[in-house]
Amino acid sequence: MNDFFIFSIVFLIILLLIGFIRIFLGPTAIDRVLALQLFGTISVAIIILLSTIMGESFFIVALVFALLSAITSIAFIKRVWV
Amino acid sequence: MIEVVFISIGLFFFFAGIVGLIRFPDLYTRIHTITKADNIGLGFIIVGVIIHFGSLSIAIELLLIWIVVMFASASLGYMIANRALKDEQ
Repeated sequence: MNDFFIFSIVFLIILLLIGFIRIFLGPTAIDRVLALQLFGTISVAIIILLSTIMGESFFIVALVFALLSAITSIAFIKRVWV
Repeated sequence: MIEVVFISIGLFFFFAGIVGLIRFPDLYTRIHTITKADNIGLGFIIVGVIIHFGSLSIAIELLLIWIVVMFASASLGYMIANRALKDEQ
């Protein structure tokens, strides 16, 4: 069972690296912020799977990551986007 | 055994979301993959982990995390699309 969790974490990291292509290609700045939101969602999944391997419960860290990504995107839209 | 099935379905939905993010032609269509496909993948992974643990307090905690992520993605999708439309005019 642990082997399957480790395989799924490696698969999610590979998907994250593929998602960086959109950060390179994106014609506008908002495409890059969208890719950052994807970063946050994938990191929530990775932290949840990691805490089942280790046996301790780190779910509050996952909640903090989700809120940070949401607040970053809101700050960009309201303050920075011309 | 059942959690392997659920986590595999979640990984498949994540993969579909990433492929859509790279190949879709417009900003408005890319918002669809971020707010729908990725969050459903996260939901399936969370269901698999809940079955693996089997305790009620952990189930409530994880479902609350999923609800927070869904609400944030939905409202952010609307804000982004609204702003992009206003910029075009």
